Amino acid sequence: MNNLLDLEKKINSELATKIKSSQINHDQLYLNIESDSLIEVLVFLKNNSSTKFRQLVDITAVDYPELNQRFKLIYLLLSHDLNSRIILSYSINENEVIQSITGIFPSANWMEREVFDMYGIKFKDHPDLRRILTDYNFEGFPLRKDFPLTGHNEVRYNEDEKKVVYEPVKLEQNYRNFDYESPWEGTKYIKEIKKND
Amino acid sequence: MTKEKKTLNLNFGPQHPAAHGVLRLILELDGEVVEKADPHIGLLHRGTEKLIEHKTYSQAVPYFDRLDYVAPMNQEHAFALAVEKILNLEVPIRGQYIRVIFCEIGRILSHILNVTTQAMDVGALTPTLWGFEEREKLMGFYERVSGSRLHANYFRPGGVHQDLPRGLIEDIAKFCVDFPKIINDLETLLTDNRIFKQRNVDIGIVSKQDALDYSFSGVMLRGSGVAWDLRKSQPYDCYEQLEFKIPIGKNGDCYDRYLCRIEEMRESVNIINQCLAKLPKGPVKTQDAKVTPPPKKELKNSMEALIHHFKLFTEGYRVDKDEIYTSVEAPKGEFGVYLISDGSNKPYKCKIKAPGFSHLQAMDYLIKGHMLADVPAVLGSMDIVFGEVDR
Repeated sequence: MNNLLDLEKKINSELATKIKSSQINHDQLYLNIESDSLIEVLVFLKNNSSTKFRQLVDITAVDYPELNQRFKLIYLLLSHDLNSRIILSYSINENEVIQSITGIFPSANWMEREVFDMYGIKFKDHPDLRRILTDYNFEGFPLRKDFPLTGHNEVRYNEDEKKVVYEPVKLEQNYRNFDYESPWEGTKYIKEIKKND
Repeated sequence: MTKEKKTLNLNFGPQHPAAHGVLRLILELDGEVVEKADPHIGLLHRGTEKLIEHKTYSQAVPYFDRLDYVAPMNQEHAFALAVEKILNLEVPIRGQYIRVIFCEIGRILSHILNVTTQAMDVGALTPTLWGFEEREKLMGFYERVSGSRLHANYFRPGGVHQDLPRGLIEDIAKFCVDFPKIINDLETLLTDNRIFKQRNVDIGIVSKQDALDYSFSGVMLRGSGVAWDLRKSQPYDCYEQLEFKIPIGKNGDCYDRYLCRIEEMRESVNIINQCLAKLPKGPVKTQDAKVTPPPKKELKNSMEALIHHFKLFTEGYRVDKDEIYTSVEAPKGEFGVYLISDGSNKPYKCKIKAPGFSHLQAMDYLIKGHMLADVPAVLGSMDIVFGEVDR
């Protein structure tokens, strides 16, 4: 896609200091920025007459527990005028509070609530930062890699108490995570032994 | 003496026939006028994204059926496309046509459900009864091709699971002849119906700008006059080779969205007809043995084929390290999958972008100033299915 190349050049020249890296792949433009320049970059992308990224498609985060900067935030943007997509990303530390973008895109409201709910990332100046998908009084952040797949609590109706009760998860059989990777390339435990040697 | 303003808090749902599932809506009413709506969602949250992170790529496909469960294959399509793009898989042309046929069947399934239940929400029962008869036929096609009426698990990264059974093409063609008459019948019940118009015209108006700001897609966007359909603007599979029109609304109210859906059903029939006429011969899934299991015949005679089959269904295939966002025009709007692969046999992260999530978010903006009775009408025209909103 030719116009994507032009777009990349244009963005890089206008926002030179704020873009850490840019890349075109699968007909999409991937931009990596500094976390504190988020607002400026988004305002530029939304309002500039040559970019016109008017629509925020989604916000999400990725958890990399082994990295220094644990979370990577992803903003998916769409320009109907140019018919192109941008994937904007930046990394933050675990306890970093980031700027909400509800002032620029009203639809960011629930998306940021979902990121908060799933990853525990806090947004500054968000009008209504509550949990959204999980249960009332839920604890923990389910999409973090250290949250167990089975969760911590289960819910059932207690016939004696005549009400719904929360209890710690009890499984007849634990979740079995088989390691099917080819033994010739080394399963996890072999890799770990090798690493320790 | 000052008059004190009193508002009433009303809890709508989570079990209410007009809530289209498990929506809990906290309404703040001044008399009968809605002042604020606060949707509480997540009552159907099953942690799909977390589950997918723990499953291989082929095991992840069935989870997509359970998102928007009235048009399952459209969702599978988005995931299949994402994996195909990362793996650089070429889908055989017959496979592409079959996928498009079933995506359009999914679109009709979803639109029938939405149009008729929207009518039911505002007081008309007959359209539902007529429409569901047709849905039954379409789900029959689903069953014949995949063995299951709803949770099909039919699309695969690389094509579809198996070829169409004998006689199915003729039956779909027959359906395409009969169905436009049913659409006409539905229209005689609704389009000029005085009550239906009173309840829908000028209700829940969305301006062009707001539709963009609130991340609307699909009919919600087109109803407000934005000409945007991913099948046209970012075509996937064989949509480029097909001719179809994109209906667009003018006023952005509930009635225009209804008209768009009716027109889209006609276009879907048109697309299916073209696909059936053009349907080429050949394989239905990629012949790349890395992702496609060997044919059943070989399993009986070849030890290698058996091992290969076993490894594919236990270990699965690996997907190179990459990240990608792919989207399809699902009946409800842009359904996207943001996939991060790390070179192993399981996705590192799979974010599902569901159109209904952003639509429902705008509930407060849409309903402010309307009457309580308009809540079901607006909700109905948004086409909400909680499988995908809550994930």
